[in-house]
Amino acid sequence: MITINDLHAKIEDKEILKGLSLEVKAGEVHAIMGPNGAGKSTLASVLAGREDYEVTAGSVSFVGEDLLELSTEERAWAGLFLAFQYPVEIPGVSNINFLRTAINETREKKDLDPISAKDFMAMVREKSALVELDAKLASRSVNEGFSGGEKKRNEIFQMAMLAPKLSILDETDSGLDIDALRIVASGVNKLKNENNATIIITHYQRLLDYIVPDFVHVLFDGKIVKTGGKELAIELEEKGYDWIKEEIAQ
Amino acid sequence: MAEVAKNNINFKSDLQVTSVNVSENEKQKALDVLQNTTLPTTRVEAWKYTRVAKLGKIDFVNEKATISDISNYVIDDTKCSFVFINGHFSKGNSSQEIPAGVTITLLSEINAPLSKSSLTIEDEVFNAMNTAHLTGGLKIDITSNALVEIPIQIIHILKGDSTISNFKTIVNAGKSSQADLIQGFFSESGESNFCNSTSEINVAENAVLRIDKIQYESEKSFHISTEQVKQDKNSNFRINTFTLNGGLVRNNLNIDVNGQNCETHLNGAYLLKNKQHVDNHSVVDHKVANCESHELYKGVIDDRSTAVFNGKVFVRPNAQKINAFQSNGNLLLSDSATINSKPELEIYADDVKCSHGSTTGQLDEEAIFYLRARGLSERSARHLMVSAFIGDVLDKITNANIKTYTRRLLNDRFGWEF
Repeated sequence: MITINDLHAKIEDKEILKGLSLEVKAGEVHAIMGPNGAGKSTLASVLAGREDYEVTAGSVSFVGEDLLELSTEERAWAGLFLAFQYPVEIPGVSNINFLRTAINETREKKDLDPISAKDFMAMVREKSALVELDAKLASRSVNEGFSGGEKKRNEIFQMAMLAPKLSILDETDSGLDIDALRIVASGVNKLKNENNATIIITHYQRLLDYIVPDFVHVLFDGKIVKTGGKELAIELEEKGYDWIKEEIAQ
Repeated sequence: MAEVAKNNINFKSDLQVTSVNVSENEKQKALDVLQNTTLPTTRVEAWKYTRVAKLGKIDFVNEKATISDISNYVIDDTKCSFVFINGHFSKGNSSQEIPAGVTITLLSEINAPLSKSSLTIEDEVFNAMNTAHLTGGLKIDITSNALVEIPIQIIHILKGDSTISNFKTIVNAGKSSQADLIQGFFSESGESNFCNSTSEINVAENAVLRIDKIQYESEKSFHISTEQVKQDKNSNFRINTFTLNGGLVRNNLNIDVNGQNCETHLNGAYLLKNKQHVDNHSVVDHKVANCESHELYKGVIDDRSTAVFNGKVFVRPNAQKINAFQSNGNLLLSDSATINSKPELEIYADDVKCSHGSTTGQLDEEAIFYLRARGLSERSARHLMVSAFIGDVLDKITNANIKTYTRRLLNDRFGWEF
């Protein structure tokens, strides 16, 4: 699905990613954990194509394409989805109208006809139910006046509508109460299948009780320094990151 | 043969004094003003951001012209449509099915002198020019209680280099009448042409008058409009001004609210690119109590273009219980684009509810990134953001034909789909 090889990236002369490598295959869920400032959100931003970051070395291959050569929208068309840590409020832009445009632009790239209004609305009903997002919210201005939990549910709703190959959830769990967390996690689980993959970036092991990862990676100082199964997350939760720092120091 | 070129106004000396029957007194006064007044410079407060010196350097002419196909300029397919080319009535392009309760007279066909103008002529060079060299126009009288079923459309088209048209619209909306007016200003061809338009609008007691005005002259055209509106008690006046093209455009919208319980709505959208300059000046003068006015102007300013908004609301002493709201929003699409926005309130009464505000911003790049990350092309994302910004003021157009036509112009000129 995606192969990241020795990725280096910087923002304003500050190198954040310092040789990150990661491979994710279809059907897998990977969790990336790490202390603040390790480069977790930078990784998400670089993969989504945020222009503030400059990739200085390394490569990323996504479904056979050189991801770094693609614009942000081309990455979306290729099947990459980023659930934002801070979903943006866009007054005046209707949530479902923009999604319809997004879906149709994606379909156009695949030489498919635009989705009919009827099919689209049926899809909105089905997918908004998945994350228990009020249909009224779905049709309001993007994230405007949404609560924190509603914003994150809206991210997963959009993910469901766009049916990406690879979803990157950037701290989607941060700040959520347990009910919202369960809803978000159950949405993600229902969308999971053998043809797609998920990268979960998180601070907290708690989310991983609900979305069980196949692999847990520790990102530290711009590199993945340790990889394990879900039990690694529990160990991190209990012991913090200091022991990892010591391990590296040795 | 008029002598009108002493100072910085350098019009061709053979520009005819008007053949319209303007009273001798007013004509002479206007000629005197032209003799003795210079074009305003940017040292004059009302013209601080708008340079009109260029107008003084052009040898303007006025000639009749013909256009065989005006279909591009027809905003609404109403049967009551009056077309003027360079200020002269174009009978062949007009359809004169006058709705019941309406009388429309061409100014050139009025024998008795026009009734006294409500325009200020002293120190107002463009009003003086319009009066002294009035090319043509029309007078619309709506009888009391008339409910005018179809819109009355006035289309003005400039054609030819250095052409000036001094154009006038007079509207008398009778007591308890209701009517819709459409004004369209276009340019077929030519450089340095100039439409100097005035409107004198009287909205009588309990009348409803709605005007949709679309300005779409060329980037090589000049346009100055002055609308003098008087509202009598219980009347409702609305004007939507949409400026979608034009090299230098200045709109002066002056509303005297003379009677109680009036409603006034001023909406405007200006979308500029390249080196356009668009200036909207409005004055709402609340002279009496118990009225409300709402003003919403929004601009999208790109490239090296410049927009000016100056909205003034007066609330005179004893004009209590006035609700006056004014809002101006601007979206700058380039680092070289400029907006000078000055909302002003002058309140001399103490029991009023007034607000004004002005915002200027750029497109939210984080929002654009968000939309692109969901699969909108950058172009669609930007268009969507622009239309979200300007959408509420475009929605002030209630006539579906005008809405469609405006969208078409926006698409033609900016490639935007709304």
